[in-house]
Amino acid sequence: FVFHFASVTRAFSELLTYSEFHVFGSVCSQSAASTLIPLLALTLACRCVFQLFYSFFKSLVGKDVVVELKNDLSICGTLHSVDQYLNIKLTDISVTDPEKYPHMLSVKNCFIRGSVVRYVQLPADEVDTQLLQDAARKEAMQQKQ
Amino acid sequence: MERSGREESGPAYLHVAGCQQPTTNTVEEPLDLIRLSLDERIYVKMRNDRELRGRLHAYDQHLNMILGDVEETVTTVEIDEETYEELYKSTKRNIPMLFVRGDGVVLVAPPLRVG
Repeated sequence: FVFHFASVTRAFSELLTYSEFHVFGSVCSQSAASTLIPLLALTLACRCVFQLFYSFFKSLVGKDVVVELKNDLSICGTLHSVDQYLNIKLTDISVTDPEKYPHMLSVKNCFIRGSVVRYVQLPADEVDTQLLQDAARKEAMQQKQ
Repeated sequence: MERSGREESGPAYLHVAGCQQPTTNTVEEPLDLIRLSLDERIYVKMRNDRELRGRLHAYDQHLNMILGDVEETVTTVEIDEETYEELYKSTKRNIPMLFVRGDGVVLVAPPLRVG
């Protein structure tokens, strides 16, 4: 492949899902696009899947989040993994808010079904809002087609 | 990251690769109205008498959303046992960045300008 790095970055930044761009950005330096190209060729193939939030959460694996459930239980933990249904696995959990739920004291890891999540509180500095907005526009366009 | 024209024709490699570039920028469906509110402050009414006001960063067809600088308002009604009068209380809290699951969302609108 012979591409101009800057224009490739621009073009493929519009194609990459949110998490893919983040992973590549952390593997190489923020601005370097050289290692992106072979990887981008692969991602180009599997483009049209509606997975914005799945990709977004994959980019947050390893970060501390607070999951608030529909039964008003708030759990703070490290995001271990997520799946297409946005089921969440947390490790090293603790119950935030006053300890109204002492039966969780001995629980260290948990699996949360995606449908019972009300909110997930995220670290604001880990989120690239510009990238998210662009990805949301793309997803909305794809969903229409 | 440089930003090219979003909805218009993409760079040449995209056509070579056979990838469709979306071209329509018109508002056709209700979800398009939400697209217009990206990076704007919005008001979200949710189930269980909750309301959110925040900046919309992302959404999808399920109305899952990412909101930044959110203020959540929970409204409760307490009924005095003797007088049976209804006392409306609201609790607010601020959250810097929040993912909201779409199945709790009831309404999405621009922020209400009261008074």
